[in-house]
Amino acid sequence: MNPNYYLVLSAILFCIGVLGFLLRRNAIVAFMSIEMMLNASNLAMVNFAHVHGGLDGQIAAFFVMIVAAAEVVVGLAIIVTIYKTRRSASVDDANLLKF
Amino acid sequence: MIALVTAAQVAFWALAPLMVLCAIGMVVSRKPVHSAVFLAGMMVMLAVQYAALDAPFLFVVQIIVYTGAIMMLFLFVMMLVGVDSSDSVVETIKGHRLASVLAVLGFAGLLLFGIGNAIKGPAAGLEQANAAGGGNVPSVAELIFVRYVFVFEATSALLITAAVGAMVLAHGEQVFPKIGQKLTAARKMRAYAETGQHIGPRPNSGVFARHNAIHVPALLPDGSVAESSLSQTLSSRGAYIDAGELRAPTDAAFAEISKVTDNAGELE
Amino acid sequence: MAASGLFSLAWLMIAIPLVVAGFLLVAGRLTDAWGHLLATLAVIASFLIGLVLFIDLLGRDASQRSVSNSLYELFSVGRWKFDVALQIDQLSILFVLLITGVGSLIHVYSIGYMAHDERRRRFFAYLNLFIAAMLTLVLADNYLLLFFGWEGVGLASYLLIGFWQHRNSAAVAAKKAFVVNRVGDLGMTMGIFALLAQLGTVNFTQVNERAAGLSPFWATLIGFLFLLGACGKSAQVPLQSWLLDAMEGPTPVSALIHAATMVTAGVYLVVRSHALYAQTEAASLAVAIVGTVTLLVGAWIGTSKDDIKKVLAGSTMSQIGYMMLAAGLGPIGAAFAIFHLITHGFFKANMFLGAGSVMHGMDDDVDMRHYGALAKAMPITFITFAMGYLAIIGFPFTSGFYSKDHIIEAAFEKNTVLGVLALLGAGVTAYYMTRLMMMTYFSQKRWRQGVHPHESPLVMTIPLMVLAVFSVIGGALMLGWITGWLAPATGGEEEHLSLVHFSGIGLLTMAVVAVGVVIGWWLHRRDVPDTAPATRNPLVIAGRRDLYGDALNEALLMRPGQHLVAGLDSFDRGVVDGAVMGSAGVFGGLSSAVRRLQNGFVRSYGLTMVVGVVLVGVVLILGQLA
Repeated sequence: MNPNYYLVLSAILFCIGVLGFLLRRNAIVAFMSIEMMLNASNLAMVNFAHVHGGLDGQIAAFFVMIVAAAEVVVGLAIIVTIYKTRRSASVDDANLLKF
Repeated sequence: MIALVTAAQVAFWALAPLMVLCAIGMVVSRKPVHSAVFLAGMMVMLAVQYAALDAPFLFVVQIIVYTGAIMMLFLFVMMLVGVDSSDSVVETIKGHRLASVLAVLGFAGLLLFGIGNAIKGPAAGLEQANAAGGGNVPSVAELIFVRYVFVFEATSALLITAAVGAMVLAHGEQVFPKIGQKLTAARKMRAYAETGQHIGPRPNSGVFARHNAIHVPALLPDGSVAESSLSQTLSSRGAYIDAGELRAPTDAAFAEISKVTDNAGELE
Repeated sequence: MAASGLFSLAWLMIAIPLVVAGFLLVAGRLTDAWGHLLATLAVIASFLIGLVLFIDLLGRDASQRSVSNSLYELFSVGRWKFDVALQIDQLSILFVLLITGVGSLIHVYSIGYMAHDERRRRFFAYLNLFIAAMLTLVLADNYLLLFFGWEGVGLASYLLIGFWQHRNSAAVAAKKAFVVNRVGDLGMTMGIFALLAQLGTVNFTQVNERAAGLSPFWATLIGFLFLLGACGKSAQVPLQSWLLDAMEGPTPVSALIHAATMVTAGVYLVVRSHALYAQTEAASLAVAIVGTVTLLVGAWIGTSKDDIKKVLAGSTMSQIGYMMLAAGLGPIGAAFAIFHLITHGFFKANMFLGAGSVMHGMDDDVDMRHYGALAKAMPITFITFAMGYLAIIGFPFTSGFYSKDHIIEAAFEKNTVLGVLALLGAGVTAYYMTRLMMMTYFSQKRWRQGVHPHESPLVMTIPLMVLAVFSVIGGALMLGWITGWLAPATGGEEEHLSLVHFSGIGLLTMAVVAVGVVIGWWLHRRDVPDTAPATRNPLVIAGRRDLYGDALNEALLMRPGQHLVAGLDSFDRGVVDGAVMGSAGVFGGLSSAVRRLQNGFVRSYGLTMVVGVVLVGVVLILGQLA
């Protein structure tokens, strides 16, 4: 089976993730989109590992997962904090940093 | 001869369209919970792809960590910030939606053009690499704990930091000044001075009545309902018992008692 | 020769008043009670040092009398060295004695005069500052240090004219004096630059030695530049206009700074530079002409003013005109200039202080038309003033008689026209001084209501008496030796002058003076109108308006200056500022347009990022394909 198909799938998932991040205002959904982008890249890495016959790609995907887990923990904590002070989980409402 | 169809091909062609659909569903569903479910589905299917790509360890980790832990965390947070808060469909930034779609299409084109055909030739496969360590998991373990041991230790530090950071962030910060005894007393005195509001505690529910349940309003000496004993939540739900209903048995009992005294007077 | 013994301590003369001035200004109200006494003692100490040095010099041989005392090197640039060094010679020691002597008397007088002023301590601090600066001016052994003192006295003069700064007129007068002096200072500085460029030194001795090597052009130029400086400082035409306004200062200031000492600095400068002026006939003649014109202008103004201090100010201009005339006549005239300068210092300070005494008794009224018949009310003031009066008109055997007559004679020797004009000036001087005497001390009482003239306290009259004595006998005291004494310093020769001295010109002068006195007496012997009578006499009107000096300055200098500045200002605003502000505005506009990109929406930033990634990717791919 042509390994390029996995790459194409990975690219499509990544682009959908980007689109989700750009379009959704709910901070949690935006975060999910980011997770999806990470997953898409993981798929590409696992595929490369398969193609090249080495396990390093899998290790990279594994570390990405760890970092993603840490990132999600901190990111969700931030969302909770913002929600507590502003009663809103919309990324558009957190707009203090502007002109 | 029919071309040999491998399990990997079946898994790919069966699940890839579903994955894309799940991803699109995640982006377009208005309720975050639906998004989460779509995402979880996509991740499980992704785990299957990992299995097809000779990565059983990642297959398990993907399911346990992503769908098991991270998605649960998402759901918890969603619960905290309100499950039913759905996004409005109206885009507030002018022209943002069109521009985003165009930019992402451009990006997709770029990606597909750049790496869509990057791999020449068939895959080498992982049989040899997996066999070297006596299976996928031991091989991966050897890599993690030998070659990448420093990275691994660094990630442990990262995880601890993230845990501490999350605790610090999520720990309730005093956003509004704490209302202590002193402040309460001062506010009460001010309210008394300005509007003549009663300084003492509010009346309990059910005073002077036969019930002291929370859904029973207190009665003032003249028989009227003490408004300050009512809970707004309960009264908006219409859960309060009518005051007159309460008063009736009391009045009846009182009438009985006074009748007895009258009779006593007659007896004398 | 180098300084030794006492002479090495000559710097104390400057340092004592300077330190006291600084101390009084810094210590503030702590010293209110006794600050004036300390200041007076400081000047007296300087005077005593000067006196000791003078006596020491007297006992020396003529060739040993110039002592230079190098204190330290100010800075050196290549071949040029600038020292802070004092030169004590025949000329400067006379000035030192005049400044500190008259200065001490005026300090004493001021104790009484300023007794009721709440800022008396400050006044005395400024006076001491002035004394220090003036001594620096006359003791300097080079033009640069002289310029330090020159500016110092300008500053002190500014501070003291504007001492009553709550009065607008005083503040304006102080500013005017400062600005006009700046014009003169321009000449001074350029003259010093030219000297440095041509001779490579600013040291008096070296300049005198090398002056002969100057080209006529440069000698004339430097002469004119120094003349400009002298005109500014000494209120000579055309920079005379500030002196009359300077009378806004307290009267002791007018006496010390604007009569006896500072305004004579110009004469000192010209005499100091005698070697330069010897090289250039044109500049010398210009000095004499400026002096002559000023002596007539000052006298003219003196005849038409009713303000007693302004009459005396006009008279001061006029007398300094005589000195400048004499200084322009060459070496022998220079000695007479200094001679007249010193006697003038005595009698003019005397008369100014007398005028102050009169004002003191008349509730600070300066209008002579409100005086009259004060001779009986203020006998001491009257008698001492009369001594000064006799001296200034040149009554025989008084000090003015010796000094002024010699100038007139010298002028006749040099040039008949200058002589005749100087003679005329003497007659006019006699007239306006007689007018002043008549209006103030004789004729009938014209006092305002509630004014009770009274004699001033002793602390004020004793300086008057001392100065009156010197006004009378000062000339005779110095007559015998002044020319010989000054000869080495002024480049002149000793002349033997006799006490009883009646030449033809001298007699003629006395006759002209007598005519002036008689006219003055005749016109004012009876009623003096209470207010200045309206007149159509253009000469009187011109005199009352200071000969249109201010109008001239305004028309010739101020208006074009204003137009120029207004033009420059609009150029600056329109073109320079326009270019700067315009470019700033362009960037500001661009910035506020670009600023809109920072709209606070994370999603927009994300979009920007994606677009950026796409662009970079496209560029990379195109680069690969190309």
